[in-house]
Amino acid sequence: MGIVEWAKSPWGQDVPIHIFWYLIWVSAIAGLGFLVVHAIWARYFAKEEQFADGPAIPPKSLPERVARHSFAARAFHWVMAAAMFVLLFTAFLPKVGYRFAWVEIHWIAGIVLIASILFHIIHATFFMDFWSIWPDKQDRADAVNRLKLMLGKSAPLPRRFAKYPFENKMYHLIIVLTGLSVAITGGFMIFRVRTPMFGRNPYLFGEMTWGMMYVLHGLAGVGLIALIMAHVYFAIRPEKIEMTKSMIFGDMSREHYLEHHDPARWAPVPLAKAESAE
Amino acid sequence: MAIIRDIMPAFELFQPATTEDALNLLDQYGAKAWVLAGGLDSFDWLKDRIKRPEVVVDLSQIKELKGIKPYEGGGLEIGAMTTLTEVVNHPVVKEKFALLAEGAESAASPQIRNQGTLGGNVSQDARCWYYRGGWKCYRAGGNICFADTPTAINREHAILDADRCVAVNPSDSAPALIALEAKMVIKSKAGERVVEAEDYFIGPSIDITRMTVLQPGELLTAIRIPATWAGAHFYFEKIRDRQVWDFPLVNIAAATVLTGDKIEKTRMVVNGVAAHPVRLKAVEAQVTGKNRDAATAEAAGQLAVQGAQPLRYNAYKVPLMRNLVKRAIRGVEEPTWAS
Repeated sequence: MGIVEWAKSPWGQDVPIHIFWYLIWVSAIAGLGFLVVHAIWARYFAKEEQFADGPAIPPKSLPERVARHSFAARAFHWVMAAAMFVLLFTAFLPKVGYRFAWVEIHWIAGIVLIASILFHIIHATFFMDFWSIWPDKQDRADAVNRLKLMLGKSAPLPRRFAKYPFENKMYHLIIVLTGLSVAITGGFMIFRVRTPMFGRNPYLFGEMTWGMMYVLHGLAGVGLIALIMAHVYFAIRPEKIEMTKSMIFGDMSREHYLEHHDPARWAPVPLAKAESAE
Repeated sequence: MAIIRDIMPAFELFQPATTEDALNLLDQYGAKAWVLAGGLDSFDWLKDRIKRPEVVVDLSQIKELKGIKPYEGGGLEIGAMTTLTEVVNHPVVKEKFALLAEGAESAASPQIRNQGTLGGNVSQDARCWYYRGGWKCYRAGGNICFADTPTAINREHAILDADRCVAVNPSDSAPALIALEAKMVIKSKAGERVVEAEDYFIGPSIDITRMTVLQPGELLTAIRIPATWAGAHFYFEKIRDRQVWDFPLVNIAAATVLTGDKIEKTRMVVNGVAAHPVRLKAVEAQVTGKNRDAATAEAAGQLAVQGAQPLRYNAYKVPLMRNLVKRAIRGVEEPTWAS
């Protein structure tokens, strides 16, 4: 038992063909284990979140509802989420014994995912605050301080968050890596199946390259099982539900904003104004 | 890649005397067990060392899996271990279900039919030589179909319903059983389930590593043929490279009920064109109520091959299948049909 399954190519080379499928269960159990441990920690051991500078003073123009996600951003998120769930179920249910014609559904969902990612890259680069989702120097310093405080050591209180908490930014970073891995490898793998879009070309790459592609696709795919489990878990946790609602309705309450976010790092605007700015 | 050796590799051999004992063994060993019926497909796999089961469960000593007996309402129940020769020679099969007799008789050679079983014939694995040669293709758990590459030799492969793998089902009795609306009795430790013969066979889109719905621990114990099509007009034809004995390039089985020359109802199944026998439902619907004539046959032939996607070397299967459908509609072998 290992991570990668190998086979002999017709030319006698040892080539990787895919991951071992027991890793599906490893990822699912790891994801579940993380949820259980976090739930226990949050319930019995977690301290109340504290920030430096006391409550921020709202600017005079602070609206009752603060815009967080535009319609385009929300549409992308839910389309991508739907595609991701379809991809995960069609990829792994057959591997654990539920047999159905999954390939066509899988590559169609894959194309939806690729299209939504391309849209998101263009949208985020040219129409949104591109850097708002990437960890900055302040995030890193605050993360270290929060960790020290959590471990009972002395450290300055962290500042409130910008638009996205540090955990969101890190999660986004990991999803970028895994999502792009499955999307790029999956995009090439479409050339291995019959589709109405273009002719099959199994010789697009050599055996070794194809094998590595299947392995990367598999590793990122099983990794996404745990990642998506964690994402859904945090989305329904009571302290995060306001952020989840903002991904549905587009805005969050002024109180939540003041409690968790720093107006100096993320200037609030009403939803309508944010939409028209795009 | 495939190393042919004269001796069997080592495995633990069980020869249970009852179905219950066989099911216990299959339950105990699961995917490690190999079910041995007549052995004609199995011995190739085992001697070539392509399949390496730890345990072989030989069904040859189980008497209850053999024989043909009446089934409710004038049908027949055929034990899965009944030999093809017994099926071919059975008087009721010949009289009422001659389609099955013809299909079974067209399989292989007399010696092989004396040893080969009906259960084995319908459950046999694909004959794709890349797969049987031991290459780690899709069907063997890999990530490529060596037969569906630009330089592959794929003269015998699929023209319909290919999904990554392009191997075909090689059974001659399977299309006859589907045309006769047979039911497959499958037993396991969990109990018994009966599936339509049409649903017994699965394509690569459902499970690329299997030809049938049988899962580890399950056993095909009997095949029930209802009286529905008893005495209907039957047509079976098999095209093969060698008339002496060979697997089908394409075969066709049709059961038709006629009133005069009018087709009241029909079931038509083609094999050798996909990983599962293909029931031609659109053709059946189109010809029902029509006269059995050249015009109906021509239209049916055209319809039957719609959606066919030939590979580099098997485009000949398209006109072959079209002409077989025409001939099945007419119920006669007419060598003068134009392609």
